[in-house]
Amino acid sequence: MRIYHFSEQPCPDAWAPEHKSLRVILPSRNCDPRVMAENYHHRLDEWMLADELGLDIMINEHHATATCCCPVAAVPLAILARQTKRARLLTLGYPIANRLDPVRVAEEFAMIDVISRGRLEMGLVRGVPYEVPLSVRSAVGQMDRFWEAHDLIIKAMTSIDGAFDWQGEHFQYRNVNVWPRVYQQPHPPVWITGRSPQNIREIAERGYVLGTFLSGFQTKDLFDHYRKACADLGRPAPAPDRFSYLGIVAIAEDRKEALRRAEVMVGYLRSSGRVAEPFGTPPGYFSVKDAARMIKARGKRTTTTREGKAVDTHHGAIEDLVKAGIMFVGTPDDVTSQLAEFVDNVGGLGHFLMMGHAGHMTHEEAVDQITLVAKEVLPRLQKPRAASKQAA
Amino acid sequence: MDSAEGPVTEKIAGVNIEILRRGKGRPILFLHPHIGIHGSGRFIERLAREAQVIAPSHPGFGHSELPRGMSTVDDLSYFYLDLIENLDLRDLVVVGASFGGWIAAEIATKTRERLSRLVLIGAVGAKFGAREKSDIVDIFATPRGRWEELSFRDPAVWLRDYESLPEEELTAMARNREATALFAWNPYMYNPKLRGRLHRIRIPTLFLWGANDGFAPIAYGKDYCAAIPGAKFEEIADSGHFPHMEQPEAVARHVIGFAGDRPRRRGDTR
Repeated sequence: MRIYHFSEQPCPDAWAPEHKSLRVILPSRNCDPRVMAENYHHRLDEWMLADELGLDIMINEHHATATCCCPVAAVPLAILARQTKRARLLTLGYPIANRLDPVRVAEEFAMIDVISRGRLEMGLVRGVPYEVPLSVRSAVGQMDRFWEAHDLIIKAMTSIDGAFDWQGEHFQYRNVNVWPRVYQQPHPPVWITGRSPQNIREIAERGYVLGTFLSGFQTKDLFDHYRKACADLGRPAPAPDRFSYLGIVAIAEDRKEALRRAEVMVGYLRSSGRVAEPFGTPPGYFSVKDAARMIKARGKRTTTTREGKAVDTHHGAIEDLVKAGIMFVGTPDDVTSQLAEFVDNVGGLGHFLMMGHAGHMTHEEAVDQITLVAKEVLPRLQKPRAASKQAA
Repeated sequence: MDSAEGPVTEKIAGVNIEILRRGKGRPILFLHPHIGIHGSGRFIERLAREAQVIAPSHPGFGHSELPRGMSTVDDLSYFYLDLIENLDLRDLVVVGASFGGWIAAEIATKTRERLSRLVLIGAVGAKFGAREKSDIVDIFATPRGRWEELSFRDPAVWLRDYESLPEEELTAMARNREATALFAWNPYMYNPKLRGRLHRIRIPTLFLWGANDGFAPIAYGKDYCAAIPGAKFEEIADSGHFPHMEQPEAVARHVIGFAGDRPRRRGDTR
């Protein structure tokens, strides 16, 4: 079991209740670059601390939003590739279906992998619906494009005998020849997020790490789709390191303080889902059947978030979020036992992605959280336990 | 469809196409807007009193099949060239509304064979304005209520009780929206090549534009009209972007009048 520290690198001062949409159209005049510089430095310091203390590192990217002020995951990854010593560097991930240039993606990844001496974990995501409006290409046929971009990135990284041409349906290139050669052979590990049985099957077929976010105790079903796909293919049961889950951690020596931190983090989550109406359901993102259902539900505002659980995430009480396996809150003992229970429930988990900083949480609080998780939670979760063996 | 008899499905040029055929005589090919064929029924029935109306749902729209690889309005225009040949249409009047007008304009830049008149109702598809701003309201970035206000003088001709719509109508709406994104997402509602090809339209052309169009402004329509040699421009009073829906009688009279008005062909005057 590995634990990855994660922050969305938010710009929390930039939003106010009057902003109807924290995404796509929020003017950047709401961002004070001097404050944001402090934020970036703090987050980088926190990741470097995580590296020192034995945690791993996760970065993500979003666009045109104050909730995640990291539009280019390659930038912090590149800094951390040089400044850290041992942590795995996970990006989860690159929205490759929205990118125009998969070869450039391969070049960024290759350089980060080499500078970090082989510590890159290469996460690829479809991206959230409300980022489609920012994309040059629509969501129609997005998954086709995703897989073609994936195929091209992998081929570009693994072709070491000179240039090749790519004349695909979505991408056309002359003389693809990525330098440097990647450090991890044949290529860095691939992670892909998935929710639908079909998508999870495609991830399982390739033997990649399945990424899941805030899906709580529904996560077991998602992992089961993966296990079933392996069984159908006649392969052995997948090891826990094929599974990852992102949850929110609010931890302190004192339970009351942990609850206060949880309130800070959840307050951020409650506002981060605010997206103006036309951006929530871009055409082509959902199946025609689901899109038809959303037209029918017009005005009910049940469609601005994709996942059923996401509604809970944005509005649930902390106690409920803990019960749902979305938040892990309390003393190191509390968080350890909550996580252990979750790991048992899902049948084994190789990678826990910890949102350990969110919203207005201070640098000092984040440092305290990272320290407690690294020193008091991770070692206990890494000990072999009868219960988890049984479940696996 | 808001008419007594529904459309049928026919295999045309290898594609299963939902198609409505009405009336007899001179053929009129009606190309529906991006919102689909719903709301165009009264206009079609009115035309059909004096002509033969052929009103397909475009590939990907309504219940028409989307062939793999079809992804541009250029592709759609080639499909319609096949359709015109396969149905052996001659002396044809092509009438296109909004997105359908874009297809119609692309068809007419490619051939004058079999075509005799072109009617563009609030047509989109060419770029005339500044690069910093879309000429056409961005349907994908505008709340639905606001889009309705901009597009209709009276949205009642369009609005439906979504709650009680049958599944297949909801499916058609969802497919229309998805197909619009496929064909018109970016560049939004235009083909960068089309403006430079408009001079090739050499059949008599009539623009009809809603006087209250808040979706594609009249100034845009006039720029479009000026780019097609000899094209005429008429405003339709008391109408937004879809005058054939809001003023079906007036628009049908314009179309029938223009179709029947046969001075020397423009080509003959040269």
